[in-house]
Amino acid sequence: MKRVYANEKLCINCRVCEVYCRAAHSKSADVVRAYKEEPESCSRIHVEGDNNASIAVSCRHCENPACVEACITGAMQKDPKTGLVINDPARCVGCMTCALACPYGCIKIGHIAQKCDLCGLSGEPECVRHCPNNALIYAQGGSEK
Amino acid sequence: MEYNLELVMPRYKIVRDKERCINCGACARQCANEAHVIYDDGTVHSIDENCVNCQRCVCLCPAHALHITKYPLEFCENANWTSEAIQEVYTQAKTGGVLLSGMGNPKPYPIYWDKMLLNASQVTNPSIDPLREPMETVTILGRKPDCVKMKNGAITSKLPPQIKLSMPIMFSAMSFGSISLNAQKSLAMAAKKMGTLFNTGEGGLHRDFYPYADCAVVQVASGRFGVHKQYLEAARMIEIKIGQGAKPGIGGHLPGGKVNEEVSATRMIPAGADAISPAPHHDIYSIEDLRQLIYSLKEVTEYKKPVAVKIAAVHNSAAIASGIARAGADVIVMDGYRGGTGAAPTRIRDNVGIPIELALAAVDSRLREEGIRHNVSLVVAGSIRNSADIVKAIALGADAVYIASSALMALGCHMCRTCNTGKCNWGIATQRPDLVKRLNPEVMHLRAANLLNAWNHEIKEILGGMGINAIESLRGNRLMLRGIGLTQKELDILGIKHAGE
Repeated sequence: MKRVYANEKLCINCRVCEVYCRAAHSKSADVVRAYKEEPESCSRIHVEGDNNASIAVSCRHCENPACVEACITGAMQKDPKTGLVINDPARCVGCMTCALACPYGCIKIGHIAQKCDLCGLSGEPECVRHCPNNALIYAQGGSEK
Repeated sequence: MEYNLELVMPRYKIVRDKERCINCGACARQCANEAHVIYDDGTVHSIDENCVNCQRCVCLCPAHALHITKYPLEFCENANWTSEAIQEVYTQAKTGGVLLSGMGNPKPYPIYWDKMLLNASQVTNPSIDPLREPMETVTILGRKPDCVKMKNGAITSKLPPQIKLSMPIMFSAMSFGSISLNAQKSLAMAAKKMGTLFNTGEGGLHRDFYPYADCAVVQVASGRFGVHKQYLEAARMIEIKIGQGAKPGIGGHLPGGKVNEEVSATRMIPAGADAISPAPHHDIYSIEDLRQLIYSLKEVTEYKKPVAVKIAAVHNSAAIASGIARAGADVIVMDGYRGGTGAAPTRIRDNVGIPIELALAAVDSRLREEGIRHNVSLVVAGSIRNSADIVKAIALGADAVYIASSALMALGCHMCRTCNTGKCNWGIATQRPDLVKRLNPEVMHLRAANLLNAWNHEIKEILGGMGINAIESLRGNRLMLRGIGLTQKELDILGIKHAGE
């Protein structure tokens, strides 16, 4: 499956990916309104580091996801067809066991668990589309088909 | 004792639309001039006096909450004492130093490109559609022989080395040191992709760039930085740099702070040491001395590389160019007074040299009169802003042009003219690793290549309109130009008629 890959040599720590991710996952789908009117909205990608060395981390959509295994309600599921790991907000109780289990720290803690959904597989995710230095790419990884 | 009151006012005002600002802090993290700051409460604020108007923050702001205006303060200025002139006095009274500036001469001198108009075909000679018919912009640089001997349709006489360019546009000299490795790499990649040349400037050729050496012009300047046999042999052309349009008669100074490990290795000087290019070449005090250097370089490269000589356009360029042609140069490069720079003394940049249009016309005419025009190719630089400038330059007699400022703009440069500070937020005129990595050559070289492609396409369109199908047929064809609003003296120097004649 296609995933978001981050290149730490090109990441410039602007964190614009976080802004567009939050906007894409808000009700208004607008940058300003997401921040000003929707405090519950949040970014599912996170930049670690500083201007000298930084990298954006987001869900790897693992083959054998630890979060799915850890989920106590079955809200976290890996779609067998698309490979996408998604959290069902109707079933998630916000226990955050998934966040504890995720080895990459890619699950955002909130009212319920929030994570990257690759923008619903509707083409290039917003973080990739807006990265000003092409530090994020959306591609098939390694030897995968 | 120091005077504590600051008399120099900010140049720009940063306007932050609080209705839109989401306090994401991208502006603060991206500004090397520290013109934005994140307060402890998470809100973001601006500091006008640090802003250089490079507009990195404006372009990056995801909320479009920023714009920058001129600082609204009105000085008690008049037509003579402008606010700029007043502030320069304040600055020098404070620092006691020479004023430094980046980029080209910004003063409102006449721009002769804009006072020349091009011809087009109507009725009596058909125009050509470049999309339907072949249109040649291939340009060949190098000394042409006095006569050519043929046998069975093939040239038998030995030709001096020639360089074939896909278009009459090359990237001008910008050294690694004055610009970043990523900026130079972007230009090298674009030149290679488009079949033209980039120029290393006087900073040597970085070891990683040898794969691009076949599209590199390597400079030999007064500091002789990074010059060695392999460097000369690898290049497509060698250029002796005598002068630069932005600072004729002045040497160069790369501060030690910019001489990091990579710059040091490429220039072959100690890391952290100032790289000083003397004003003259200390072994060139005459045309005869220049001839010795030209032939030393030709000997070293076994007469396989054309040798160019670059001079700034000054009062007696025509006589100097004649001397350079007779000294054995294959190409003469002339840089006009609007040519850019990483750093030059402001007074020199703004007051020394002459317009490239006049120098080009004078040199081309002089070389023709003396019957030696075919001995050299003429390349001009010094603010070529678009394809129309190129067409006019070629009609005036140039073989090709060098572009630099516009090439940097393709890489993101916003002409803030503070290259000399080394804090370029676009990753161009800086050696700071956190800033350099903002320029990704893999994507930016495509923008530089796009610019070349666009201009080449426009040149073809303009040629077609004139009914000309090869750039060779336009070269020195001054009948295709008409002056507008020029005096008879200016028309005489340019060798063109006035519009309506």
